[in-house]
Order: sequence, then C-alpha cells, then structure tokens
Amino acid sequence: MSRPIRRISFVLALMLVALLANITVIQVVLASDYRDRPGNQRVLLEEYDRERGPILVGPNPVARSKETGDTLKFLRVYSDGPLYAPVTGFYSTVYGATGLERTENRILTGKSSLFVVDRAEQLFAGREPAGGAVSTTINARAQKAAFNGLFGKKGAVVAIEPATGRILASVQSPSFDPNQLSSHDPAAIRAYYDTLQQDPARPLLNRPIVALNPPGSTFKLVTAAAALASGRFTPESVLPGPATYQLPDSSRKIRNWSGQECGPNGLVTLRDALAISCNTAFAWLGNELGDDALRSQADLMGFDNTFTIPLRAATSRFPEDPDAPQTAMSAIGQFDVRATALQMAMVGAAIGNNGTTMEPYLVQEVRGPDLAILQTTEPATFQTAMTPINAAQLTEMMVNVVDNGTGSNAQIPGVRVAGKTGTAQTGNDNPAVAWFVAFAPAQAPEVAVAVMVEDAGAAEVSGNALAAPIARAVIEAVLR
Amino acid sequence: MSVPLGVMPPVPQAVRKQPSRRNVELLLLVFAWGLGLLGTLQVGWATGEGAASRLWITAGVVGVLALAMHLVVRWKAKYADPVLLPVATLLTELGLVMIYRIDVAAAQRALLNGNPEPTPDVYSQLTWFAVAVILFISVLVLLRDHRMLQRYTYTFGLAGLVLLILPLAPFIGTTVNGATLWIRLGGFSFQPAEVAKILLTIFFAGYLVEKRDSLALVRTKFLGIGLPRLKDLGPILIAWLVSLAVLVFETDLGTSLLFFGLFVSMLYIATQRRSWLILGGILFVAGAAAAYYLFGHVRLRVEVWLDPWAYADTSGYQIVQSLFGLANGGILGAGLGQGFPNLVPFASTDFIVAALGEELGVTGLIAMLLLYAVLIERGLRAAVSVRDSFGQLLAAGLSITLALQVFVIIGGVTRLIPLTGLTTPFLSYGGSSLIANWIIVALLLRISDRARRPEATIPSPDDAVTQVVRRV
Repeated sequence: MSRPIRRISFVLALMLVALLANITVIQVVLASDYRDRPGNQRVLLEEYDRERGPILVGPNPVARSKETGDTLKFLRVYSDGPLYAPVTGFYSTVYGATGLERTENRILTGKSSLFVVDRAEQLFAGREPAGGAVSTTINARAQKAAFNGLFGKKGAVVAIEPATGRILASVQSPSFDPNQLSSHDPAAIRAYYDTLQQDPARPLLNRPIVALNPPGSTFKLVTAAAALASGRFTPESVLPGPATYQLPDSSRKIRNWSGQECGPNGLVTLRDALAISCNTAFAWLGNELGDDALRSQADLMGFDNTFTIPLRAATSRFPEDPDAPQTAMSAIGQFDVRATALQMAMVGAAIGNNGTTMEPYLVQEVRGPDLAILQTTEPATFQTAMTPINAAQLTEMMVNVVDNGTGSNAQIPGVRVAGKTGTAQTGNDNPAVAWFVAFAPAQAPEVAVAVMVEDAGAAEVSGNALAAPIARAVIEAVLR
Repeated sequence: MSVPLGVMPPVPQAVRKQPSRRNVELLLLVFAWGLGLLGTLQVGWATGEGAASRLWITAGVVGVLALAMHLVVRWKAKYADPVLLPVATLLTELGLVMIYRIDVAAAQRALLNGNPEPTPDVYSQLTWFAVAVILFISVLVLLRDHRMLQRYTYTFGLAGLVLLILPLAPFIGTTVNGATLWIRLGGFSFQPAEVAKILLTIFFAGYLVEKRDSLALVRTKFLGIGLPRLKDLGPILIAWLVSLAVLVFETDLGTSLLFFGLFVSMLYIATQRRSWLILGGILFVAGAAAAYYLFGHVRLRVEVWLDPWAYADTSGYQIVQSLFGLANGGILGAGLGQGFPNLVPFASTDFIVAALGEELGVTGLIAMLLLYAVLIERGLRAAVSVRDSFGQLLAAGLSITLALQVFVIIGGVTRLIPLTGLTTPFLSYGGSSLIANWIIVALLLRISDRARRPEATIPSPDDAVTQVVRRV
C-alpha cells in the first residue's frame, strides 16, 4: 500500500505548497496594500504609541497628539473640531482615518522618506521617533467666516487664492466633531458614528469637495466664457431674451424666473443677460455654441477631471452627449451638469486669474518634527481656460452682476466684487440649491469663493439672499 | 516528501542492533521546551508583564508533562519515531505561548475599559494538556499492539457515528456561533467530532482491510479507468450522506469536509483504485454544489471568501481582521507581545494562526507549517514501514486527518479556501481538540514503534501475502 500512500503524500505536499505560497503572498506581497485599507485599526493602534505630528492652520495646530499616560500613549485632539473637520478628517481606532489624517498619514507618523535623516538621528539618539507636521493653506479667518455663515444651514463653502490655487477655506454644514471619533473609548466612538451615519443631513460627507449638485445659473459663467471664446459674441452682443424659450425639437419651454422678457422687445445684451441671469438668452446661447464648445470650456476650468488636493474630490461633470434641448438646459447649469463647491470656486478663480485655472491644493508645507520645512507645494497651472482679454471682459460683467444685477448682497463698500448667483433645481419635488460664486478685488483678486446652500427656497433670489452674504463675509475675512 | 519505499528489511534484523534514538528525542524535547520558555519570556517582557508567576508555572508544568511522556515512550515504545513527540510538544507550546499572550492582551484591554480581568485561558489549556498527557500515557501503556484495535472495528464505528451526531441530541447539544458541534454536560462542554475522527479512522482502517478485496474489484472500464461494481458503492455513499448530514444539520462545514476527504483517501489507499478518488471527487463536487444552492450559510461562506471586503463589517469581519493581522506581521512579524492579535475574534481558537502570523510573521508561519509537515511525514513514514495492512491504513489515516484539518483551517484563516470552523491541531485553545490530537500522536508512536522494532513479530493474518495483486 506504500504506492498510494506516496501518491497521497504528494497531494498533501502540494497542499502544503499552496498554504506556503498563499501566506507568502498575503504577508509579503499584499501586506502594504492591506495595511493601507480603510478600517485597518492595527496601523492606527501602532501609531498611538508614537507622537503623531500636528496639522497646522497658520502657526496653530488644529489637530495634535496629547500625551495621556495610559496604555494608548497619545490621544488625538482637535481644537475647533467641527470647524476644520472637512480638512483634517478624523483619526479613529475603530473606523480608520479620513481627510488629511488619512492622505498625509506617512508624514504625520514620520514614516515618509522625507524623514530619513531625522529617523537616523532619532535612532542614534535613542529617542522615540516623532511624526512630521502638515501646514495647510487654510486661512483661519476665512474658514471661521464661512463656518459662521453656514450655521444652521446645509451646505458648503470653498475659497481659493486665484493666483496659486491655494485653498483658503473648505467648510461644511452640518459638520461633526472628530474628537469624539478619536477618543480611546470604542463604545462611545461607535455610538457617535452611528448617530452621524443615521443623520439624514449626512455630516460625515465631505460636502465642499464631494457633494455634487447642479450649479444652476452660476454655470452661465462657463457659457459666457465659451461665448466670448467663440469670437462671435462680445459683452455688447444682443441676444434674444424672450419670456419663454421654446426648446428645439421639444414641446418643453424654458422660462425666466421673473416670467418676463429680459429686455425691451425680448432683446438683451450678453452683459445684461448675465446681470439679471436671463435663462432664455443663455439657453439660446447654449444651442448657438453647441455642447462641444460648452464642454471644452467647462473642462478647461476643471470639469470632468478628478482633483486630488490631496483629498480626493468628486469629479464635476458636463453631460457627455446631450441633444439640443438638453444642451440648452445644460447651458444654464441644469440637466445633468453637476459640480462641487470646489469646482465652482475654481471657475471663479480662473476668471479672476486672467483666465488661468490653477491646480487646487490644501497642503502648503511639510515640516519635520522640529518644524523645519522639508517640502513646499509649488503652485501649478492646470489649464489656460480663457484669454486675458476675455477674462477681463467677463470679470467686468460679473462686477456688473454685483453692482447692478442679482448679486447685490455681495457688495462691499470700497471693494469691487465680481460675482454670480445661482439657484438650481435638483428634481421635481426637491428643494433648490442656492449658489454664489465670487472673487475680489476684481482686478487682482486675493480670493475666489463658491457658496452652496442646499434645501434653499425655490426662487432665483435665494442665491443672492442665502449664499451671497456668506461669500461676502469670506471675502471680507480674507481682505481685512 | 521523501518516504522510503522499503518496508522492514526481512530477516537479519533481530541480529543487528537497531538504535532506539530515545536520546535524540530527549534532546529535541529539551530544545522544544527551551523554545517555549523563551517565547513565554518574550511575551512577558514585551507586554510589561515581566517574568510573571504564570509564566514559570506554565514552563514548569510543560516540562514535567513532556518528561513524563518521554519516560513512558522509553518504557513502553522504545523504538518509536524520535521526532513525533518533540514536534507535537513544540506545537502545543507554541499554542500555550500564544494563548498566554492573548490572555495578557485581554487583561490589559479589560483594565483599560475598567472591566474586571477575564479568567486567563492559559491555565485551563494547561489543565487540558495534562489530561491529554494522561490519555497519551494510557494509550501507550494499555495498547501494547495497535492491532488490538482491529478487533473492535465495528464498535469504534458505531461509537464514532454516535459521537458525530451527538450534538444534535436534545438537552446536551449546544449551538455555538451558528454551528452545532458542541455537547454540554453539567458545566462541561465538549466537541465530540474531535474524538469521533479518531474512532472513525480506526473503523475505516479495520473495515477497509476487511473489504478491500471486493472494493478493489473491477467490472467495467471507462476511459481506461476501472469502475467499481454498483453493489460496492454502498460504503462511499453512506460516508457521503453522513458528511452531508453533518453539514446540513450541524452546519459544520469543516468536519463534514474532513470526514469525507479522509474516507475517500483511505479507500484509495486500501484498494489502490483511482476510480474511488474520481468518484469521491464527483460526489464532493455534487454535494458542495447542492449545499451551495440549498443552504444560505454555505453560500454566505463562499461569498465572503470571494469578496471579504464587501462584508468587512459583518460576516467577513473575522477574515478581514485575520488578513489585517497577517499583513501587520509581514516577513518577520511584529514580535511576540507586540502585535494586536486580540483584534481578531476567536484569536485563541479558530484564528490562532492569524495571531501567530501577526507576531511571528510569515517566517514563523512557514516554520510552523513545516513542523506540521514533519509531523505528518513521520506519520506517513510509519504507515509505509509498518508491516500489517491495518497498521498501514490506520497510520496513514491518522496522518491524513491531521493534514486535512491543518489545510482546511489554515487555508480558511488565510483565505486560500472558504472559512470553516475547525480547530488548529495542538495550537488552538480547547480541550477536546488537544486531547484528540495527542491520542493521535500516541497511536502513531505505537505504530512507529512496531515498525522499527527489531524483534521478529508474529505475522498478522492479513499480511502482504493476501494483498490484492495489482493489475498492470
């Protein structure tokens, strides 16, 4: 019987080889992949043993590690947790990490290759390895102004420095307190997380960069930019602006919010059409330009591209192949056009920055444990979206919106503010989304801001009523 | 595995002095004991427990038990294989070290959460080890010749079957974590399948030695493979149905797989007919497919296996945590006492391999798998060298049981195959498993002693002479 036993032992040997190969693949090849997976608490637990570097806003740490004296040596503490939650994210033993806590983990833990010298030093000196610090681009005053403005509302604000792409504010409402997710009490963490998950307002959603909504009339900025780029239109071009616009090949009509014609005899200049947010004129314009022209203009400003700031933002979309009526709807930011607050801030920033779209970024500097600067993010151009002349013309048109048009609530004495209102319908019965996109000072803007307020009243005025004051507050905070 | 083909050299053995190799065994045992002590010390140092008293108690008790076993082997099975006992001891010690380590983690966690310290498992595991050693000694002392077991073939078969279905009995059967594989008597719970696997291996060996002539008969050939006669299909069908019953009524996937695999392998060894393997394979696939379509728990296991990440918070939690642990271990491991093995549920029972893999790394796991390989290879070596067919089948069957169990549980924990609840031999916390596996070691020692013993033995009634002549 030794022959079949030998055959069986050959099979058993194959099984052994399979087990050996499998554990080798898991523990050697896939190990780092598994370590980086969300929900892996081990990596976090291990990191509680070390002092994790701070996340800085200006000189102040908004997330830092505090020594506790118990088994988990360090506790992550967030000053103004809900204010900075969309930036820092949370750092939890139970649910892993999000935000910069997640994307900058290797720096905060000191594992990045930037720290080779430091680590060698620490090893030599026998000191505990400490993590590096992450300096954000956030402007504390702008962040607070946006946060206060959104209080009690549901929405998001993103502010960008147009010349560089630095993100000055990224705010959401409702927010959450990361302190309650990074505590050392798993039961309390779970309870709090469940509450957040069950909240229909979804506070855990990173609204400024992830929530996609139709941009409504703020998208007319893109349509206007495409019109100027075509060479067929100037701000003074006269467009048809009737009370209703019959959609081509369709029985449906687009109405103006007022229900009236946009100008005498149903005619209106491009400048005035933007100032009073004339739907029919822009719908007509959309069909004149065609969906390809609209899409390429939108793409130059960042649509259909995924930005990693280094948090991964949702991709804003212009519909792929709309027919004529859908193109008309898209031209006024409806149909399947979807944008994040980050994207609309980028549109404003590109116009303000002489037509150049910059890559948005949130990390200014990486510093070593001794706070020495190890790496600085250099501004990078994303695309040239408009010629400087067209950008200047569109800027003047936007100033006109604030001074004489629908954006009056963004006026700041002594400062020329360029802006555009928007109110988007999100469905038949869903409440509207109010928008305001602005930058200031108009000639050399220091800040571009997009405000998005969900569940707004269904009227064109709500962009001006709800969103514009918040934009103004953010601009004032930056300029002050 | 290189298994020497040769059975015992024929006659002049009585004259030549066969070395007993008992001193080698003692040396290896001391080495194994030392490794266990070092492991426990490292856990103590790394976790800040220091050289706590339970550490010395563990080391002391293990030393005494190992020595006792060695002396009994010296006395009752002088020519037994010298590697089996040290390897099994080392594996048991590895288990004790890990259980101690998980105890410490649980105690620290309880302290942190302000809960009372849980009862340490290491003492009860140590107690079970002592019971296992007593039974090990009893087997070697009482069972002077393994062929004595052959007389009670059908008694063992019946007892094995009863034990297998015992968890279904009212009042004493208990369902733990969705599987009905425990019985509870008084305050005492027991996993009868662990003992059933030994009884049924003995039964299969005895039964197959008796019936293999007819089972090896070939009526027709199909594609060059001889097919068994229809009326000989009874036993394999019964084994198949019993396995399915275990699966369906006790939802015990692992035990079901183990028994069917064992029976088919032994059938093949006894008859040398590949057709039995093919038939077994077909029945296995049919049973597995039927179970997949008919039973939600089987389907869920497979789905979790294919994509555990989709179930990371629910039914895939264990396997995902296990993979995280293994990944954390990497090549060299976090070091004993420096990982987070308690994050995996059932770290000291089903998932002890994940805990070991985390703290000892892939290096440690490879070493551990090789220990099993050595143990199984030594068992198979005893099988090919012993002269009587019953002993051959029994030793092969016991080794295969160990091998299948190791493959099914470790493969499950490392996501090579769908996860099934089986204990890891020698390592897992739990009395039934430890006792059963030590009895297997005792039986293998008894058989290997017979195989290597120099004195001329009385020929067994079913010796090589009566073996079925192989068709060429």
